[in-house]
Amino acid sequence: MMTPAGTLLAATDLRKAFGTTKALDGAEFSIHPGEVVAVMGPSGSGKSTLLHCLAGIVPPDSGSITYAGRELTSLNDAERSALRRTEFGFVFQFGQLVPELTCVENVALPLRLTGVKRKEAERTALHWMEQLQVEELVAKRPGEISGGQGQRVAVARALVTAPRVIFADEPTGALDSLNGELVMQLLTEAARSANAAVVLVTHETRVAAYSDREIVVRDGKSRDMERIV
Amino acid sequence: MPQSPEGIRPAIYTLSVYTQCRVADMSIGHTLLGLLEAGPRHGYDLKRTFDEKFGHDRPLAYGQVYSTMSRLLKNGLVEVDGVESGGGPERKRYAITDAGITDVGAWLSQPEKPEPYLHSTLYTKVVLALLTGRRADELLDTQRAEHLRLMRILTQRKRKGDIADQLVCDHALFHLEADLRWLELTAARLDQLAREVRR
Repeated sequence: MMTPAGTLLAATDLRKAFGTTKALDGAEFSIHPGEVVAVMGPSGSGKSTLLHCLAGIVPPDSGSITYAGRELTSLNDAERSALRRTEFGFVFQFGQLVPELTCVENVALPLRLTGVKRKEAERTALHWMEQLQVEELVAKRPGEISGGQGQRVAVARALVTAPRVIFADEPTGALDSLNGELVMQLLTEAARSANAAVVLVTHETRVAAYSDREIVVRDGKSRDMERIV
Repeated sequence: MPQSPEGIRPAIYTLSVYTQCRVADMSIGHTLLGLLEAGPRHGYDLKRTFDEKFGHDRPLAYGQVYSTMSRLLKNGLVEVDGVESGGGPERKRYAITDAGITDVGAWLSQPEKPEPYLHSTLYTKVVLALLTGRRADELLDTQRAEHLRLMRILTQRKRKGDIADQLVCDHALFHLEADLRWLELTAARLDQLAREVRR
């Protein structure tokens, strides 16, 4: 079920403090299916905290987060974990692949965690590795591939469960310009073709230019830049 | 600015040095109108304030001030607030009209077309917004959104284009990115700038 406006994920008046530091101070957010929204802002502005709250990793102190019509803040830990495994995908700055597993095993891992059999999970994993142009790396381990290749493997892993929302936290932060562009191009194309929404936290404007619109977070408050122009 | 014994300006990157880098086609009319918003002034005062804030090495010609004021007067954006005739020639004192205030507001809130060396026009707008008590942060955000809008168009074009298109778009994107970094840095330094321009 969606909210009336067709919003997939929405947050209103989010507040979160760590000790006396207000990380979020009334932040707002919304995203539609298939939309790519960049979350920008200076270091320490609260953009990563916003992403963590939206993804159900960190509970806000107050405010509302609705995902497909469900109030996220009223779910318990187990329910939020299940949501993250099945409905959400994650891409971090440094891939965070499991070094002991091969690339195809890494990509198949989220499916294996939800009980999908190895053969089927790896077949789906291979499909996404082809989409991200890293199919030749199936048998390699993360230590044997480059940073750019590793990030594309991480994107394939984020997409393998056919998530409805992908959370990408500085996905190109550790890459050079060319690899960063390739990752962004493949990530946004794959997400749009799967009608998945992408919450893209970045401080790079050239990366944000791959989004459909931009939210700027400053001092824990958000501003939807689309409403300005 | 103090000069070295050889008469060469020291290469210190200060606010006053920065303002020398203004673009030639900056809107003089809007700038003078913005300065008048603080209160009525004589043409001479306007020129002096303009030179002090925006034209260190390229002072405004008297003729340009008076021709601009005539145009603004004709368009109803300023009015003559008083005439002093003392010993010398008559001196008109100009005041901004309501239409003038609206015109300055519209100019400040209108984003500039992104292009190289835009920073000087933007700098002028930011200073005037601070001087006239307007939201300089909103002006910067509006410009930021406009820049990012163009960056999205270029990124889209790059995705569909050949290598030549990609390289041309990349060149434009890097320049726009530099502008955006300037916008972000200026936004972070607004309080400091406000203190300096109001001194």
